[in-house]
Amino acid sequence: MKWLDEFRKRELAEKLLPKIEELAREPVNIMDVCGTHTVAIFRHGIKDMLPANITLLSGPGCPVCVTPPSEIDKAIVLSRQPGVLLVTFGDMMRVPGNFSRLENERARGAQIKVVYSVQEALNLAMKYPLLKVVFLAIGFETTSPTVASVIMEAYRQNILNLFFLNAHKLIPPAMGALLDSKEINIHGFLCPGHVSTIIGSRPYEFIPQDYGIPCVISGFEPLDILQSIYLLLKQRTEGEAKVEIQYQRCVKPEGNIVAQQVLQEVFEIDGSFWRGLGYIPRSGLKLREKYAHLDVERVFDLDSLLPKEIPQDVREETAGCLCGEILRGTESPPQCPLFATTCTPYHPVGACMVSSEGTCATYYKYHYKVITSPRKRGE
Amino acid sequence: MCLGIPARIIKIEGDRAEVEAGGIIQTALLTLLPDVQVGDYVILHAGFAIQKIDEQEALETLRLLESLN
Repeated sequence: MKWLDEFRKRELAEKLLPKIEELAREPVNIMDVCGTHTVAIFRHGIKDMLPANITLLSGPGCPVCVTPPSEIDKAIVLSRQPGVLLVTFGDMMRVPGNFSRLENERARGAQIKVVYSVQEALNLAMKYPLLKVVFLAIGFETTSPTVASVIMEAYRQNILNLFFLNAHKLIPPAMGALLDSKEINIHGFLCPGHVSTIIGSRPYEFIPQDYGIPCVISGFEPLDILQSIYLLLKQRTEGEAKVEIQYQRCVKPEGNIVAQQVLQEVFEIDGSFWRGLGYIPRSGLKLREKYAHLDVERVFDLDSLLPKEIPQDVREETAGCLCGEILRGTESPPQCPLFATTCTPYHPVGACMVSSEGTCATYYKYHYKVITSPRKRGE
Repeated sequence: MCLGIPARIIKIEGDRAEVEAGGIIQTALLTLLPDVQVGDYVILHAGFAIQKIDEQEALETLRLLESLN
């Protein structure tokens, strides 16, 4: 397929690998903050190609995984209201809230529809004017402009039965929070390629400037990732720290100005809770006052609908889940006692296993050694 | 998810386009990328075109990789 196959050529990987080996003279930790990168790294066997000195860590790059249980709870209580049609991206259906999951609610009769694009939520609102259509808006900067543009369209057309449960987050502040926590040494970031098509390179500048850590904005094909790792090591070897764009065919330094303007028009920046990382200031998006009538939290009294206590059996099921540590990169899935035992893609306990781009789901699917070899106690 | 696939624009009608990716034809919204033409390649994400693929840059990246010894 054009503009994919060319970046998978083996012979070019074979040229890059010796260059990477040359530069990997000491142990380095490189972190990706994008679920799609985590999957690509596993899918193309990149870890096995690299010298042992290079450790690739997965950070909080999956917007599904970092959505806190409280947002799911809100979606659930809304879906239980008569006359509400809850609309969501597919991956959110199995993410655990504090007392239930959307897929369980649907099985019990709640009106919940899975869509691929936020545009479908608008179409449903127009098609069913008597229903209150609520869209669970999850995603980083790649997705939030698409939601913003639909919000503008709903406003323009004066659609009164479409609401947004807004849970959008911003990636660069999470990268800063990880560095501030000092839990692990990160020597370089693979920056998310498609988020960067929207935001450009400037939002990452604080990382080399304030922390001295190299950043490379990477594409998703194997050659993109290998070249990005090479560029990170090269910066480190030369004592440099800057934001470089490897994914030049898709990322401009200024990003997508139209998308940024749409975001600015509809949203303002607010603090936000992240599963695993807690509260991060200025890391989320909130609807501006002009669009308040589309904000489900300002229109419905959600506090009165939410249950006051978490059921005991739910708390017991999730005990031991290491999603928080996994999202921060301090533990890996095989270290979780639930991994591949009580928590599998078929019966996921934690968010990292639910999402197709979650770190645990990816390990389970591709890291065959964990599945086939017996795990010793404490391993 | 940053899932975005390269897709070729085959028809434009207002703020919508018909795009082709891997033999499958879909509709894409051009609200975030108004300046495109038939024949351009774009990154498709959740039903929207979010950025154009710059052919020259793509070829330049490949050229750079080819030139490594």
